[in-house]
Order: sequence, then structure tokens, then C-alpha cells
Amino acid sequence: MSFFQRLKAGLAKTQHRLVHEIRRIVTRSPRLTGATLEELEAALLGADLGLPMTRRIVDAVKTAYETRGRDGPDVFAIARAQIEQALTPAETPLGRASAGLTVVSVVGVNGTGKTTTCAKLAHYVQGRGAAAMLAACDTFRAAAIEQLQLWGRRLGVPVIAAAYQADPAAVAHDAIAAAQARGADYLFVDTAGRLHTKSNLMKELQKIHRVMDKKLPGAPHEVFLVLDATTGMNALAQAREFHRAVPLTGLVVTKLDGTSKGGMVVAIQQELGLPVRFIGVGEQAEDLQPFDPRQFAEALFGTPEPAVA
Amino acid sequence: MFDSLSSKLQNVFRNLRGLGRITEANVADALRDVRLALLEADVNFQVARDFIEAVKQKALGQEVLRSIQPGQQIIKIIHDELVTLLGADSPGLRLEGAPASLLLVGLHGSGKTTTCGKLARWLHKQGAAPLLVAADVYRPAAMDQLATLGRQLNLPVFTKPGETDVLRLAREALAFAAANQRTVLLFDTAGRLHIDQPLVQELVRLRDLVRPAEILLVLDAATGQEAVNVATHFHQALGITGAVLTKLDGDARGGAALSFRAVVGRPIKFVGVGEKLEDLEPFHGERLAQRILGMGDVVALVEKAAEAVDQDEARRLEEKMRKGQFTLEDFLAQLRQMRKMGPLESLVGLLPGGADALKNADLSRSEKEFRRMEGILCAMTPAERRNPNILNARRRLRIANGSGVKVSEVNNLLNRFHQMQQMMKKMGKFQKLLARMGGPGGAGGLPPGMFGR
Repeated sequence: MSFFQRLKAGLAKTQHRLVHEIRRIVTRSPRLTGATLEELEAALLGADLGLPMTRRIVDAVKTAYETRGRDGPDVFAIARAQIEQALTPAETPLGRASAGLTVVSVVGVNGTGKTTTCAKLAHYVQGRGAAAMLAACDTFRAAAIEQLQLWGRRLGVPVIAAAYQADPAAVAHDAIAAAQARGADYLFVDTAGRLHTKSNLMKELQKIHRVMDKKLPGAPHEVFLVLDATTGMNALAQAREFHRAVPLTGLVVTKLDGTSKGGMVVAIQQELGLPVRFIGVGEQAEDLQPFDPRQFAEALFGTPEPAVA
Repeated sequence: MFDSLSSKLQNVFRNLRGLGRITEANVADALRDVRLALLEADVNFQVARDFIEAVKQKALGQEVLRSIQPGQQIIKIIHDELVTLLGADSPGLRLEGAPASLLLVGLHGSGKTTTCGKLARWLHKQGAAPLLVAADVYRPAAMDQLATLGRQLNLPVFTKPGETDVLRLAREALAFAAANQRTVLLFDTAGRLHIDQPLVQELVRLRDLVRPAEILLVLDAATGQEAVNVATHFHQALGITGAVLTKLDGDARGGAALSFRAVVGRPIKFVGVGEKLEDLEPFHGERLAQRILGMGDVVALVEKAAEAVDQDEARRLEEKMRKGQFTLEDFLAQLRQMRKMGPLESLVGLLPGGADALKNADLSRSEKEFRRMEGILCAMTPAERRNPNILNARRRLRIANGSGVKVSEVNNLLNRFHQMQQMMKKMGKFQKLLARMGGPGGAGGLPPGMFGR
């Protein structure tokens, strides 16, 4: 069997769902040997949980088995508990300024779904009786402004925009002025996608935030980093760099309607203490849900039931 | 915590290099580190495991133990295995059919529309007559985005705002291409999840209608373990013929590329290395492997330089340098040429070990320094640039005021320029000597010491 054939055969297996994988590992082998632990490790890595978190769960499983024997603990329960413990929930999905306008800046690398998330957030606060506005600060990508304006029309939300190549900080400034004048409750600022490694673009982002703070002290009140659930370990680098440039207040994980598990948010919260605020689960305006750590853990490891034989 | 794969492997290799003899234990140790590094680089765990297994089998073989430098030998095995896995260099695009059709598919936000524009530019440069087809009928303003790119490229775009039937749109696009003598159609399809059956089936119908010569999967370089699932599903449904790896200008380690190759087995054809339309490069397996292994991508650097540097101009400057007639005027020209090659950070990233150096260096500062230098040079009169010796204190003060810097900065620049001139004169003599002895002549385009600071 050639190297490639072996790879292909091996990879077919990985399509099993994580739960099946772990269940198989546990039921097949009553005692956790080095080999089973490695399989458990592989399954956890497959969910993009990253090495440190994976090690933590594997260690927890190991310890539990060593101290209580095989009849005691349930591997799922241990893993779930570990994840839940790592993900402290945010006090509120979306904060509110003590008075007047609340400005929410939405940042992230290219193609994670910032524009769609802005629209969904506007829809979310609308549903709670608040007046929302959108600021089209992506003046770089072709048709980014049109995309936000189309959303604005669909949702009946005013969109503040300028021409392409305009200074995004100026757009943000004007948008805050407009939102204040119209008495809006929330302003969602859609920034251009930028790779976290481009220092000039990160400086541009800092400038946008500086200008907003000057126009309305305290703004932006929330800074959300939008992460694509399919992203792997690079998500941590993204979060780290964005957090260093403009202190973030939370994460939004998008595209969780696929088979991606978005496991890297666990590592991010571990290192940076940034809670996940919302998850995006579809292309429609209502496909945005406040994040629930318990649900997330259950989605990864199945609902709690005495399933392990 | 998460070092880049390059630096991680460099650490592993440093340990290996120190070994006189390879035992099974230290190979296993080193390979465990390599495996962890690969996992951190988002290589699928199964792919990583099999890769390590293959390397181990070879490393423990006779050839290694008998070779003089076992450590070097293992590095070579890892490198070769990585190149094999990544696949050969880009075989280019297959453009069969009249007109030929290319289908770009992928997840949301992987960069299909931008890649479409970049590929159109590339094909146009190769002499083809591309037609961009905006086949994304779902995402708001997706058609506008492609239309804007078309305008920037001055290439026709087939759009039909309000259309919801992709097949009808495709049929009309084919007719339009036939009527307007377009030779290649680039279909920018909507982003979709690989498990969204209705939408994937829509792609299957589109494929059956246009019979594309290529179906390219557009894959974000930062994709995690999921890359395997994405590639498998799209491949099973459509029969992918190749991939374009996007956003490789970030610090994502591109393990997704390995995963794609492992499950689909088709070549990676292009890589996206920036937001601008010219930021598309043919894929080179060897280069990506070397980059992953921390050997830098010197070839890309040279190519970049070749593209930015006017050859005649470079020869003229070289001649001047050799003769010691290098003036501030030439210095300014060089400075501008270098900045044309792109931001410094992307250049240094291509140098061996550059990614490591980049971590600590604030390149935007050097970048700024270059801009200041340009400003100072521009504040001089042509006469002053041609003959810096006439720069007395009054002139220097004027230049400093004119470019908004302190006089000391002007002096600094002049000092460095003089040093450079001295060095060049010496080099010129040295080269003449070499030339007389039949050695290699012709120094590179950039003056030495440019990167020095």
C-alpha cells in the first residue's frame, strides 16, 4: 500500500463524529492504555481544540481513571466539564453604554463574516426594541459598502457610508455624529478585513478607534473579533494580535452551521480571557445566537446521558 | 506557546544537527516534536501521523545510520517527504474547450471572488480573453464586487442583478462569451458549506451544464482540521481538479495545503499572497516546503525583485556603483525601486529565518525611516543630489526644514551614504580584480548595507 493510499484510507475514518470516536475508544478498551489515550487526543485535536486544551482533557481523563477506576467516570462528562470550566460565560451577550449611544466595533481578518455579523447584530437589537444603525467603514474591498447597504435596506436600518478609498476613521466619526443626531441606541461599525500581521492596517484600525473615542468618549463600547469556525490554530494568533492593537471585549464565531467545531475558542479564552458572545449559524439575519458554553460543550461531546458502557 | 512551524522545526533540527549518531530513541523524540509542530500548523492529525510514520521508517533505515551526518540526513528526509506530500509545482491551468470554463468553488469567505479577479488578470497576461461570470446569486452585492474588479482590470464581467437561477445565468454567460469572442469563462460561484446538499447539488448541475476544464477549490490557508472534510466533500460531489490556497500572506502556517493534497491528491495551482489583484503566484511545492522548514523563500524574493526592478536601470546603477559614481540621485532611485517591491515585512518574511527575525523587529519603523530618507532626498535640489559635496550647513538646514526633520538626520543620511560609497568603491576594485582572474562579477542590485539597520 502506498503512502498516499494509506493516507486516504486513514482519512476516511476521520469523518466519524467526535462522539462516535470517543465512544468507540472507550467501549473497545476497558482500560485506558497509551494507545487509546493517543486516539482520544487525536479526536480532540480534530475538533481544533489545540494541544494545550487537548492535553488538559486527556490528563483529566487519565487522572480520573487512575483514581476511580473504569466504572467511575464518564469520558464525556469529564471532557464536557473541562470545556465548560474553560469557557466562562459573558455577563451579557451585548453590553450597553450607561447612557446614550452604544458603539460596537466589529473587526477581524478577511472573509470571516464581519459585514453579515454587523447586519445580524443590528437585527438582534432591533428585535429587542432598540434602534440600530450601521457604519460602512470597509472602504477598501470592492462592493463592501453595497453589501452593507443591501442589508440595511432589508432590515430597515440606516447605513452611514462614504465613497471608496475614503478614510474609514472619518466615516466612523460621521456615523457616530449621525447616530447621535438620530437618537439611535446602537451603532455597529463594519471595519475592513485585515490580516493581523499587517502592521499598517492594524494601525489604521487603532486610528479608527482613537477617532471614535474622541468623538464619543468611551466608544467603542464593545469590540468584537469575528472568527471563522473553520479556522485552525491561527485563530489564536489572530485574537492575540487584534487584542494587542485594539483591546477586544468579545468574540463572535461564525459559520458554525457546518461541521466545524470552532474548538479554538477554548484556547483563546484560556489565554486571553475573551468570552464568546455570539455564534453565527447561517446566512439569514436571524441566524445569530448568544453563546452558551453548556450548549457548546454538549455539541462537542453529546448531551449528558449514561451512554458509556 | 505557539511558535511558528519554521522556528519549531528549526529547534528540532538544531538538536538533530548536534547528534553524531542517531538512535531510535532520539529519532522518536525529535519526530514527536515534528508531529506537534505539524499539528500546531493545522495539518490534519491523521495526515501528520502518517507523515511521521513515513519519515520514521526511512530515518531508521540503513542509509541514515551509515551516512556521515545522520542529522542532516533526517532533515533531508523530512524535507523530501514534505515536498512529495505537497506535490509538484503548479502545472498551470488546463484550458480545454472553446471557450474553456473554470469553476471556482469553496466555503464562504475563502476568497473566491478576489481569486477570480486575480486569475482573470493572470490569464489576460497570458494572452487569453477572460470573461468573469458573477454566478453568486446569494450573497448581497457579490455581483457588484466582481463588477468592480472587472472595471479595475478593464475586463468584461457578465452580471445579471436580480437573477436567482444560476443555470439560466450560466447559459446566458456562455452565449455572451460566444458572441464576444471570449476564450475563458471564470465562474465565481457562491460560497457554500460542503454539507449543504441542495447548494452542492446546484454546483453539480452547473458543472454538468458548463463542463468546466477546471474545478478549483479555493481554500483559506488558515483553515484548521476541517480542511479534510471540506476537501473530501467537495471532491466527492464535483471532482475537484486543483486548489488555490488564499491568504498566505498572513502567518497562517498553511497545514491545510498538506491536508488537501492528502485527501484529494490533485495539485495546488496557485497561492494568494495579498489583497491586490497582482498578488497571485503559481504554487511551488518545494518553496512551500522550504518555507515551512524555515529555509526561507529566496526564489520568490528574487522573482519579486526582478518584477519590480527595471533591468536596464539596474545595470546602469551597477556600472555607476562599480565606478564609484554613485550619487544621491541614484540612491533615491534605488530607494524607490526597493519600496516598489512591497512592504518590508513581506520581503523579510521570504528570507531564510526571516519569519523569526520578524517576530521581534518592528519593520514598520524601518519602513518609516525609508520614507523619511526619501523625504530628505526629495528636499534637495537635483544639483545637490548629483554633487553632495556642495551641501554646506546652510543647505543642510534648508533641507532639514524642507523635509521636516532635524539637521542631525540629514547628516546621518549623508554619513551613511558616504560609507556606502566607500564600500562600493572597494567592491568595484575587488570585482575588477576578480573579473581579471575570471571569477564571477556583477553584484546584486541592492547596495550593501541597505538592510543593515
